[in-house]
Amino acid sequence: MNSTPLDTKQDYQNYVNSKSPNSPILKNCFNAFWVGGLICTTGQLISSYCQYKGLDQNMSNTIVSIILIFITAFLTSINVFNKIGKFAGAGSLIPITGFANSIVSPSMEYKSEGYVMGVGGKMFTVAGPVLVFGISTSILVGILYFIFNI
Amino acid sequence: MNRIGNQTIKFNNPPTILETASIVGPKEANGPLSKYFDKCLEDEFWGENSWEKAESKMIKEASNLAISKSNLPISDINFCLAGDLLNQCISSNFGLREINIPFFGIFGACSTFAESLCLGSILVESNAANNVLCSVSSHFCSAEKQFRFPLELGNQRPQSAQWTVTGSGCAIISKTGQGPYITHITPGKIIDMGIKDSNNMGAAMAPAALDTLITHFKDTGRNPSYYDGIFTGDLGYVGKEILTELALSKGYNIKSNYNDCGVLIFDKDAQDTHSGGSGCACAATVFSGYIFNQLKEKKYKKILLIATGALTNSTTAQQGESIPGIAHAVSIEI
Repeated sequence: MNSTPLDTKQDYQNYVNSKSPNSPILKNCFNAFWVGGLICTTGQLISSYCQYKGLDQNMSNTIVSIILIFITAFLTSINVFNKIGKFAGAGSLIPITGFANSIVSPSMEYKSEGYVMGVGGKMFTVAGPVLVFGISTSILVGILYFIFNI
Repeated sequence: MNRIGNQTIKFNNPPTILETASIVGPKEANGPLSKYFDKCLEDEFWGENSWEKAESKMIKEASNLAISKSNLPISDINFCLAGDLLNQCISSNFGLREINIPFFGIFGACSTFAESLCLGSILVESNAANNVLCSVSSHFCSAEKQFRFPLELGNQRPQSAQWTVTGSGCAIISKTGQGPYITHITPGKIIDMGIKDSNNMGAAMAPAALDTLITHFKDTGRNPSYYDGIFTGDLGYVGKEILTELALSKGYNIKSNYNDCGVLIFDKDAQDTHSGGSGCACAATVFSGYIFNQLKEKKYKKILLIATGALTNSTTAQQGESIPGIAHAVSIEI
């Protein structure tokens, strides 16, 4: 035990770090891995089925997105997706399911402030940064791609 | 009433805590202290269409309940001191707008209940009032909405995070009565040890609790064994361990008689509340329900309530500011 953890803020921070319980990283990683894998496998199954039925690759991918987003929005609305998210962490956050959840959840939360400034105004409070930096990065990559392919 | 030591006030005619009332949400109702609360709600909305309205209703109904339990006519309550966590203390303002008692809205974050007991007992002891109503509330859903993320967002909480208690606790402080008496108060200083993690409030507030605790002992000449129970408001498991260790390192062993309201109110493992409860209602409902009951039944004779508060808001947190803590101590004896 550090005998004088209150001497400086840094000492206290170090002391607090040693006292704070860590998240169960191995368990979280394992759950994220298999749930994330399951979601992606589901997407692949839908995509393969669409292609088997004669749709092209692009259309199949769009249908995968639509179906996964719908399922997530539905599960969010009946208060189930947050439990999946708590269990799986990045496993359900990283696929398109996380993005859908991040838009539906504030929409539900701020419904009490009305449809315009509540639902409309707050819908992107969580997803906003993802959109801004996602789109910005894609533009940047597009420019680089353009330059190096001339 | 006179000041002793640096910052403690000793009451010569100690005010009585005449009556208390507590209302809690469904999660608290499933916790270990369930049977001590006056009313347990079945859902977080309580028939309202927003969490903010539900919280206002809780503080209103808990205040009315405390008044009716005390058998005092409302006109005999001279002042009301109330606060909560929502912006501009809006739950208290809205909840108590029809109560028709001169009103002070106060804010000490989760320490608000102890702050109201401190100020209320000063009002009573100074003859400015005969009876004072102290009310606070917090609501898990409205607090999450204001301070963190939407409830339906599928994310994970760190192990050091705490769970805001849904509920309202009230107490009526009176000039006359048979006790329990508020004999001393030690209002705390703002202490900031630079913790920035809003998911580790216990660690942010523990230094403030330590400062108030040690100051209280120095000012009063008492030591930890003087009290049957020392209760902090909402340090949770992490903060409780830090306070216990730091107090010991300063020469005060509180291991045997110290507990934290945030630790008591939930069953950590069964209810998945990580580091324990927090919020204004944490100290308030545990005191109004459990501790007051134990004082009445004389299972505790002398207790020290140290409610702790994290003085932060969502803007300063995003701007990378640290989280200053505060703690007010109230010594209650029968």
